[in-house]
Amino acid sequence: MLNLGTDEMAKYPFLTEAGQYLKDKGFSLDQFGTDPDLKPILDKAYNRIEIATTGKIYRSEVTSLEDLDLEVFSFLLAVILLKLSGMNTLIRRFSLAEARRAEKYLEKDLADLSNKTKEELATRIIKELFSINVEKRENFFVIPISDYLKHAVNFHEREWKLINRQVEHGKVILSSHETVRLIRKELDNYIASKIRSTGTPSMLEALKKPVERLVSLGKKFSVPTVVSTEYPPCIKHAIEVLDKGENLPHSGRFLLATYLLGNGQNIEQIAPLFKNAPDYNEKITMYQLNHLKGSSGSGTEYKCPSCERVKSKDLCFATSDCDGIINPLQFKKKKTLNA
Amino acid sequence: MLEQDLQLVEVAFKKYYFDHFDLLLIPERSSEREFGYQKFNGGMNRHISIKSNEELRLMLITNIPSDVYCSNAYYSFPNLPMSEKDWKGADLIFDIDAKDLNLDCRQEHTCIKCISCDEVSALQSTCPSCKSTKIEIKSLTCKNCINGAKEEVVKLKKILEDDLDIKKEKIQVYFSGNEGFHVHVTDSPYQLLGSRERNELVDYIMFRGAMPETFGMKKYKPERSSFADINEKGWRGRASKHIFGSKSNRSKTISEIIKNSDGYSIVQHRLDSLKDIIGVKIDPNVTIDIHRIFRLPGSLNSKSGMSKVLCENIDKFNPFQDSCFIDDEKTNVLANCPTQFTLKNIKFGPYKNEKVTIPKYAAIYLICKGLANTTLIQN
Repeated sequence: MLNLGTDEMAKYPFLTEAGQYLKDKGFSLDQFGTDPDLKPILDKAYNRIEIATTGKIYRSEVTSLEDLDLEVFSFLLAVILLKLSGMNTLIRRFSLAEARRAEKYLEKDLADLSNKTKEELATRIIKELFSINVEKRENFFVIPISDYLKHAVNFHEREWKLINRQVEHGKVILSSHETVRLIRKELDNYIASKIRSTGTPSMLEALKKPVERLVSLGKKFSVPTVVSTEYPPCIKHAIEVLDKGENLPHSGRFLLATYLLGNGQNIEQIAPLFKNAPDYNEKITMYQLNHLKGSSGSGTEYKCPSCERVKSKDLCFATSDCDGIINPLQFKKKKTLNA
Repeated sequence: MLEQDLQLVEVAFKKYYFDHFDLLLIPERSSEREFGYQKFNGGMNRHISIKSNEELRLMLITNIPSDVYCSNAYYSFPNLPMSEKDWKGADLIFDIDAKDLNLDCRQEHTCIKCISCDEVSALQSTCPSCKSTKIEIKSLTCKNCINGAKEEVVKLKKILEDDLDIKKEKIQVYFSGNEGFHVHVTDSPYQLLGSRERNELVDYIMFRGAMPETFGMKKYKPERSSFADINEKGWRGRASKHIFGSKSNRSKTISEIIKNSDGYSIVQHRLDSLKDIIGVKIDPNVTIDIHRIFRLPGSLNSKSGMSKVLCENIDKFNPFQDSCFIDDEKTNVLANCPTQFTLKNIKFGPYKNEKVTIPKYAAIYLICKGLANTTLIQN
């Protein structure tokens, strides 16, 4: 485990062991419910979740040592509120926003030329959590090609292909921004799994209200989805992932949208499915769906990818019902024929 | 293969494994690898574990396989079904095949054999005798094809050493025994990579998916200072000359590209066409497969009767001499081979359905190619 100072914990609060931290600081969870002096921390915790649901990143205003503690406490308390609410979709939104927040600090610390300790901590977080050996070379960061590839294969954009990277003697050369961007998904997953593995405490009277508010906030983002039996397993899986409020990769979203468009559904019918995605943004979703349909941009209508392509992106969950088809769109036809 | 031919070939293969067992190079960590073999006219036997040279020798002498294979992957339990093997890593392997180079000479030494009537004729899409479209393509590789494949090996080795930082001594080049080369990389930092990651390495080596920005050409407001220079490491340096021309022309070409409103697509177009020129022509499917079994170094290739051998010096390597180990006992065959070929510095053919007496290595070569038989002679 990494040894962290309070200012470092404030930046990366997910690295702390929650129970131990409270104990070390001489607090118990009960106090947060009863002590009026601690009420601002509870408010801050709620606020932290609320901001996350809007897709924005919570900004810290740290001026004193007490503020630093407040930062860590509010994170830990937010986790407790989320656990008590049981709203998975909020947990995913929160972890994504916290990952983005940590990303900003990591990037800043990596690039900090005046402070070697900060750079070392950021490097160690990246190495210990995500097994990437980062080395600083002047203003750039070099990482072994094999480490780079393990993470970069999750990206869809051409610029992450190895051919489009500066490669020298077995190393890939990246900026601090790119280095941190490389672990975005894993950082999000790390925080989410850390929250998931945190035990749910018993409900305290004082926490009841904010938890209730969270439940109704969470409901706004949960859209009941109907999965047709005519959908192939890859499409069912994509819908399920979104339904759980988890992050479906770009290739999965592309598959889902092009499948449904190819299946004759219109954009208004498809868009709500994406509402459960932790990074949902209505405007962007509508723009992208229109783009895929060919009603904006170059006018190219994107087709549903082949089964082979789906397989290569680890999105295939074929059953014997899929035998003989080469495109997910053929599934329905095959089922109808066999019926 | 016909019964009489089979007997001749099997005896020759058995003799080879008996006399030249020392040529078999059993790869490192052999007890963690999966072995497999095929028999003439038989199916594939896989999921075999071989722990010692003696076990391998016994397997070869008792089964007389047409082809012997060994995995590039390491497993905890190599003899169990694939899902239970417990994959622990795999060597990087590249396959360079002369037929993928599409050289002009290819037409001259490729013929067809009709599956319906056995007629052998020059390269065409239908059998001239019975008009059947069911044909087999038979190629007798020439020196030019081998030289082309050698050039690709040299290009590949340079990228492996310079860009991927793989040590020279970890790269072994083998002649496949037929039309190309296999490049094996053992004990490298890439052993643990899965198929998707290996696919990225393949795209890198083949120069696929390159975008103009990588070489300095931005879509909006391109800056002269960001353009790739010939002295840079990796593809930026290597491709630069081909994109922007020689040192003296570079400045002028860049100015023209920047000025042109279609500059970005011009560079993209150039990059796309460059992949066939500077990209290494490897078979992508081979490298991304992490569960494949490959021809065992030193074993015979049933497509030719020649051995898969280690090439210490690729420049001087002559497959028609250095991988031909079957003896030269005089052998009678009925040969039907419209093109000439050279083995051990002796030219053979063309033969037009004629009875000939040739050294056994040439007879086996033709039988393996399906262009000769002994059965009809004896009848």
